[in-house]
Amino acid sequence: MSDEEDIILSELSDDELVPQMHDDLYDGLKEEIEESVNILLERGWQPYDVLTKALVEGMRIVGIDFRDGILFVPEVLLAANAMKGGMAILKPLLAETGAPRLGNMVIGTVKGDIHDIGKNLVTMMMEGAGFEVKDLGINNPVENYIDELENGEYDILGMSALLTTTMPYMKVVIDTMVEKGMRDDYTILVGGAPLNEEFGKAIGADAYCRDAAVAVETAKEFMAKKHNQMSA
Amino acid sequence: MQVDDHTLSEQGLDARGSNPARVLVLACGALAREILALFKINNWDHMDLTCLPAKWHMTPDLITDGVEDVVRKRQGEYDQIFVAYADCGTGGQLEAKCKELGVEMIAGPHCYSFFEGNEVFADIVEDEITAFYLTDFLVSVFDSFFWKPMGLDKHPELLDMYFGNYEKVVYQAQTDNPELTAKAQDCAARMGLRFERRFTGYGDLETALAAIPPSR
Repeated sequence: MSDEEDIILSELSDDELVPQMHDDLYDGLKEEIEESVNILLERGWQPYDVLTKALVEGMRIVGIDFRDGILFVPEVLLAANAMKGGMAILKPLLAETGAPRLGNMVIGTVKGDIHDIGKNLVTMMMEGAGFEVKDLGINNPVENYIDELENGEYDILGMSALLTTTMPYMKVVIDTMVEKGMRDDYTILVGGAPLNEEFGKAIGADAYCRDAAVAVETAKEFMAKKHNQMSA
Repeated sequence: MQVDDHTLSEQGLDARGSNPARVLVLACGALAREILALFKINNWDHMDLTCLPAKWHMTPDLITDGVEDVVRKRQGEYDQIFVAYADCGTGGQLEAKCKELGVEMIAGPHCYSFFEGNEVFADIVEDEITAFYLTDFLVSVFDSFFWKPMGLDKHPELLDMYFGNYEKVVYQAQTDNPELTAKAQDCAARMGLRFERRFTGYGDLETALAAIPPSR
């Protein structure tokens, strides 16, 4: 999707620059994304609009082409890296400008597992969608999840595992939450290559999410349900 | 039987289909050399080998359906079919399918475990969660299997995103091959990880194949 000609980003109109940012995200061009984010901010754009109209929309396109087998993991990682560059500029501004918050999430890879590519993508996409995410990192024993949930105000718990040997640990976490009587206070989303919907149900999670885009949509649905229940 | 790495990675291997084979071993292409070596060492002339593409290591969701297809197509030609896969990232689906199809498979989570020996691996796995395992096959195909598909030939900046949480490469050697050892060492250096070589031989792969009764 990249154009062979040299493009001066600052000379593009807003209507041209935003699609150009989608292209640059698609091509994983981090410096160009950072430059474009700054240009839009200088032109008076709200950080939230830059995030949603330029970055999140661009990553949505990347997500669709990944799902459809047009893009592969390296391209998605390059795009994510470019988005990360833009997010680093926007994040402090989003906090200052009081951008809408959809909910709060704790996420982490389970004990015994160090694989975090999927988790990091979910974190980034959730943040982009308006969730506040606390990332516990890799190799998390049950205590890490419980401590964080007990000491913060969270709506969603996300757990990730790449290995067949580590995915059963998700059940350990959920069972502990049940024992502590806190299970129903949270929406639990699980993901990772060897998982499937059946496994998610069997361990008592609310949903299995096969990729970052599905995780965002699922989280939004659960938050909408929660709000409906609270207002009913 | 001559088999090349590229074919094993991309397409797998067709069975010879010749008599007097009575057992079909259905394996991952990454195990073809080792299984053929075991056939030869042990004079297992009653066994035939067919392999699914080794590259499915990266897309394990394809394995269960692939195994089912072969079992259903070939089960009339042999007395029995043995599935030389462990769970291999299928999340229990392959085991359930093998039970449904009435065929045996190798115990354990993956080939790294059964090469080491499942019991031994279970004891060390918690201390080795930051280890990236390579076998003889994976060393020989490292570039075409990992490096290029991961885009690291063009984008070395992705290295940390892929391997940043790993600390060492453990080369599980099935054979004593100085060239492969040197290559494995080079792979570790390129990944920026420490290197350790452990000779495993064929581990539980040999035990599992030896336990197959010659005929039902």
